[in-house]
Amino acid sequence: MNDQDVTDRWIASSAALLGLPIEAEWMPAIRANVEVTFRMAKLVEEFPLEDEAEPAPVYGA
Amino acid sequence: MSELGFAKAHEIAAAVSRGDLTARAVVEDALSAIRNRNQTLNAFTDVTAERALARADALDADRAAGRPAGPLTGVPFAVKNLFDVKGLPTRAGSKINRDRPPAQQDSPLIERLEAAGAILVGALNMGEYAYDFTGENAHDGPSRNPHDVSRMSGGSSGGSGSAVAGGLVPLALGSDTNGSIRVPSSFCGIFGLKPTYGRLSRARSFPFVASLDHLGPFARCARDLAISYDAMQGHDPDDEACVDRPVEPTLPQLDRGIEGLRIALAGGYFRKGAFPEALQAIERVAKALGASREIELPEAHRARAAAYVITATEGAALHLDRLRQRAHDFDPATRDRLIAGAMIPASLVVKAQKFRRWYRDEVLALFRDVDVILAPATPCAAPAIGQQTFVLDGVEMPVRPNIGIYTQPISFIGLPVAAVPVPLEPLPVAVQVIAAPWREDIALRVAQYLEAQGAIMAPRPPLS
Repeated sequence: MNDQDVTDRWIASSAALLGLPIEAEWMPAIRANVEVTFRMAKLVEEFPLEDEAEPAPVYGA
Repeated sequence: MSELGFAKAHEIAAAVSRGDLTARAVVEDALSAIRNRNQTLNAFTDVTAERALARADALDADRAAGRPAGPLTGVPFAVKNLFDVKGLPTRAGSKINRDRPPAQQDSPLIERLEAAGAILVGALNMGEYAYDFTGENAHDGPSRNPHDVSRMSGGSSGGSGSAVAGGLVPLALGSDTNGSIRVPSSFCGIFGLKPTYGRLSRARSFPFVASLDHLGPFARCARDLAISYDAMQGHDPDDEACVDRPVEPTLPQLDRGIEGLRIALAGGYFRKGAFPEALQAIERVAKALGASREIELPEAHRARAAAYVITATEGAALHLDRLRQRAHDFDPATRDRLIAGAMIPASLVVKAQKFRRWYRDEVLALFRDVDVILAPATPCAAPAIGQQTFVLDGVEMPVRPNIGIYTQPISFIGLPVAAVPVPLEPLPVAVQVIAAPWREDIALRVAQYLEAQGAIMAPRPPLS
């Protein structure tokens, strides 16, 4: 399987599990957005953080 | 063209308070400007003329009876259409939300501005569900840039930028999740304030990304930002994120100048990819402030990436049911990003939130040595409406997500920012004046100083 196949299978499986209707013509844009969002997440994930690092779901200044 | 349309809010309030103008005359002038120019600018989606005239008459009666006038007496203003306006469905730029029942009560920020004497004249165009940097809207059409109507107003508070820059109102409200106040301020050449996260109540406004959403004002000068911001401050238990701090008025500090302030420029990431006009703008501002020191916001590129991930996923969670039930009623550009966001694993979102805490601590440490950080608001002046790509740092990139590269790492940790317009030719572009949390007073002081020096101003567009 190439990367695009992996992504397309991920999208199809996620859509089925989440109950999201997806039409064939939406796929190129959805694929592009899934790819860029995973790329952004990878950039974050690569940064080493301690196990004790606290998340900040609501920012408190 | 209406001359009053380009008057500052505080000038209007002073004239109405003195009795040189009636509030009704001001509102009639604003309604006339909207009638004449909105068909070109497409800034307003709703005009609340009857309500505005009734409010103006009440204010004029108050004055005749000798009752004290508020600091925004007689000032027309308008709000991005994600604010609840009593009697209107809160559409938030969408087709779907038009089916909502009319709002029962105004947003608290509208109530607070009206308590200060301002007069709501309508609701403003915006990118669908605020997921936008362009000011384009698939349902209502794009709001247009008054400096060149073929160009973007900036998003997602595009109508707010267009209405203020185009002289329809001197004051508007918008929201900023990743840059949606600062981007339209930059493209339209006006002043915008994104306060500290948690400072102003977001109750009765339609959300986008709860952990990143802010509300704030647009105006044509720093003083009007300060007056309106001061009027809107104060705790509101109806917004969980709104902090219980005392009101800290900025107006009394506004003319203190910059003596004693340590001002630095954001280097590295915030220089990379900037078009010549963005660099020219920041150089002009830095020169006027005598600032030459550069500092690095560590891992700013990762901060932008983390904001991107949190936005896509929180936004998707908000709209999941609508994506299931009414996918065809979304703007396709919004829909496809939200569907993608729904498919990102939670483990990666938590990582982004953990990184956020780390990054916040690192950036707050910088404020031990500086009071103000300067950064471009946008990498370029307004692109053409519909433009798909531009060249950033030698690489052709899509326009839509990359307009916010310099705003996202700042709102990600909720810092207060005044976006200040540099009147370059042919198009203005803004600089972010960034302060430590809760120091909106400093950002506004710097904006006021720059304006007094003539380094920044909201240029008047060539509209007929």
